[in-house]
Amino acid sequence: MKLTLKVWRQNNKNDEGRFVDYLAKDVSPDMSFLEMLDVVNIDLVKKGETPIVFDHDCREGICGSCGMMINGRAHGPGRGIATCQLHMRSFSDGDEITIEPWRAKAFPVLKDLMVDRTSLERIMRAGGYTSAKTGGIPDGNTILIPKPVADEAFDAAACIGCGACVAACPNSSAMLFVGAKVSQLALLPQGQAERETRVTRMVAQMDEEKFGSCSNTYACEAECPKGISVTHIARLNREFVSAQF
Amino acid sequence: MNPFFRFINSSVGKKVLMSLTGIFLAIFLIEHLAGNLLLLKNDNGEAFNGFAKFMGGNPVVRVLEVGLLSLVLLHIFNGARLWLGNRSARDKGYGVYRLNENTTLQSRMMKISAALVFVFLTVHMKKFWVPARFQGEHDIASLVYYTFQQPFYVIFYLTAFFILGYHLRHGFQSAFQTMGFRTKKYQSLIEFAAVLFWLVLPIGFAVIPLYIYFFGGSPVAFAQ
Repeated sequence: MKLTLKVWRQNNKNDEGRFVDYLAKDVSPDMSFLEMLDVVNIDLVKKGETPIVFDHDCREGICGSCGMMINGRAHGPGRGIATCQLHMRSFSDGDEITIEPWRAKAFPVLKDLMVDRTSLERIMRAGGYTSAKTGGIPDGNTILIPKPVADEAFDAAACIGCGACVAACPNSSAMLFVGAKVSQLALLPQGQAERETRVTRMVAQMDEEKFGSCSNTYACEAECPKGISVTHIARLNREFVSAQF
Repeated sequence: MNPFFRFINSSVGKKVLMSLTGIFLAIFLIEHLAGNLLLLKNDNGEAFNGFAKFMGGNPVVRVLEVGLLSLVLLHIFNGARLWLGNRSARDKGYGVYRLNENTTLQSRMMKISAALVFVFLTVHMKKFWVPARFQGEHDIASLVYYTFQQPFYVIFYLTAFFILGYHLRHGFQSAFQTMGFRTKKYQSLIEFAAVLFWLVLPIGFAVIPLYIYFFGGSPVAFAQ
């Protein structure tokens, strides 16, 4: 396959940035999207140009490092996948692909396609933890959790913090991310000690980071590589309101 | 800061305020429609004018009216505040952004449908509410019959009801999501109730101008 890539290039935080066209030749449909970029980068290095910078780590959809806007969709076309799980067979020979970094005030671009997502880290630090007992190991089944509750908490815990929800949202809102984190701990007995302070602090931190407000378009749910449901946003809202009284 | 103001200025609080005001305004529409349906009675608008007289004269209703107007203003002001905040959350836009592949048209059109409903409200209140409250007009029914014999107003009102329905199509379920009621258990109930608001209610309103235009009312004062 031969593809034309329109890639966002930006030297640093303060650089204006611009789209640069690249020709990707000999692209195999079996390549992942990141492998395709690797091949383009090898060519760039050979020509003495600076390779395209993008975040990546595990390349199997569990670390949440990779993420870019591909043809106007977070993690590209398809559902329930991170950019590393997107394969070139989703495109056709001769396609033009626009590749951009996540866009949000809370995610400043560091270089090219790499953004600074420490704003999500700071939200976690504000309340995404539980007080742990440091005594002996408790016996099995001393804390009973009904299976449906455990499943629901597990679905929320599947969030890898990639930031696709923020990128896809027209308001750059982080509600699906925060909803998943709050929901996961609010459902489990271990999360009860900080239940009210957690939601209050995490929402306050989210606002301080200048993420937008949710307008329930549900674009986040559609783009989430882990398929996290917006019912977790409803739970976050519920938790937040009840924590205020 | 006062905890109430802290709540109302938080991103979730602003949305809850939007939902509560929106729900109250939607509920008001039921009362409004019930009153309007009196216009279909073939009695030279007697029943409707009686209703309008009661609404205009009752001190409790007058207080509620001020409350209702405040809710409209609060809904608009708060919506504008949210819109500006959300706009500034993305300082640089995408070159290509295919939001249409993930979201419904009504959810993307909320600001535009809101602005159009506002334009409609201004014309509507100027047409009926101002004469009734401030110009001593007692025969509102005749005013309605006269207005809806003009095709321009019939089309204008039908368009407005369509847009209002569109606004409520996203707004109603969105309000319940924001207040945290939209759980898996209640989702189908909320969607059912939503149909009453975004479909049945606008159709109910639309019946009145259509009925008057095609089957005539009894324009007593204005026709001569």
